Amino acid sequence: MADTPREIEALIEILARLPGLGPRSARRAVLHLLRRRGALMAPLAQAMQIVAETARDCLTCGNIATSDTCAICASPQRATGEICVVEDVADLWAMERAGVFRGRYHVLGGTLSALDAVGPEDLGIPRLLSRVRDEGIKEVILALNATVEGQTTAHYIADALRGTGAAVTTLAQGVPIGGELDYLDDGTISAALRSRRSF
Amino acid sequence: MEWRDQGVLLSMRPHGESSAIIEVLTPSRGRHAGVVRGGGGRRFAPILQPGAQLSLVWRARLEDQLGTFAVEPLRARAPLVLGDRAALAGLSSVCALLAFALPERAPHVAMYDLSIALLDLIVAGGDWQAAYLRWELTLLEDMGFGLDLSRCAVTGERENLAYVSPRSGRAVSVAGAGEWAPRLLPLPACLLGQGPASLADLVQGLAVTGYFLEHRLAPALGDRPLPEARRRLVDILSRGVNPSEVSPSGDGQ
Repeated sequence: MADTPREIEALIEILARLPGLGPRSARRAVLHLLRRRGALMAPLAQAMQIVAETARDCLTCGNIATSDTCAICASPQRATGEICVVEDVADLWAMERAGVFRGRYHVLGGTLSALDAVGPEDLGIPRLLSRVRDEGIKEVILALNATVEGQTTAHYIADALRGTGAAVTTLAQGVPIGGELDYLDDGTISAALRSRRSF
Repeated sequence: MEWRDQGVLLSMRPHGESSAIIEVLTPSRGRHAGVVRGGGGRRFAPILQPGAQLSLVWRARLEDQLGTFAVEPLRARAPLVLGDRAALAGLSSVCALLAFALPERAPHVAMYDLSIALLDLIVAGGDWQAAYLRWELTLLEDMGFGLDLSRCAVTGERENLAYVSPRSGRAVSVAGAGEWAPRLLPLPACLLGQGPASLADLVQGLAVTGYFLEHRLAPALGDRPLPEARRRLVDILSRGVNPSEVSPSGDGQ
């Protein structure tokens, strides 16, 4: 808008690039921040400054950390001999939210994709193999998405891990908690039926 | 503009924050792309997987626009093969090769029917590898690079065909090959449709079709590399072959 200061307009433009926000919602967010300058805007700016200066990828697993080694890789309690391979940091956070897995992670940063020219080296798969050998890993859990690209990557990793001595497992596929069969797609139902177990 | 049809999903890539651009193969419109609004979201994730059979409504203001698709799932295929590395690679290779080879918006009814039959066979867990090899031969033929394996290019005989000429794509008999044999591609019996195919024969057959896909079809399509999915399929099938079963191959010169 013509009468909005250039600096504020620049802030709106940057916020509008964030996922889930457009120009209108970015404008509302900036207005909200401006009204709560002391309580919200200044701490937000400070927090962003700190994260921008310190955030980096963990050199071991690819998780986002504020030092070269993330808290999970640095923790001796997490050295259980298990590595959970996930596609993205968001997946790692989801696994941590569940609070069930107590081992370490390996973040691929994507999946093998011919369309996007993503190969094994781009995903840190060689680094995963050396971790399995060096850290004496007994089990590698492939927690990749149940998509064609996710499972193609899972099969590739399983093939690459052959001969390392580590057991390779994958997450189950089927009915989600709270899921109603009537609302499930036929692929999920057939996967669930194939993975049925004694009850 | 509007049309309704059904088709098989070949590829999907995110478009913007929540939409997706999909490529489908339909019987009447051939390979066709379009935007699916909300296609990048969670609701569409299980639907928009390669190999899925979809009901499609395409709309655009003008015929040559990208247009938008309204999609409804008819049949999912990928979820049925996610746990089977060879079948998953087979399904991916079929979709990737169709997206690679077929021209946009040109109907290929026979290729569509054959591809649907092959995808269904892969999902059903049948003996799909030999059918896949025949499908690649048909794809080459449909694209104008068919192999002539009916008689020897040198002697004209119909028996003892053992090689394929990498230049002409025609069969050559043992007698006709003579001292040129090392330069020719070995012709496995399964390419001639003679008897059940061993895995080694199939891999050798895929080497023949792969040669013509790479050296004839790909250059005609702007020299793009063959889809990675096909290489992965050949790798997986080759791993199951005992090296002693494979006869020495020619260098294809």
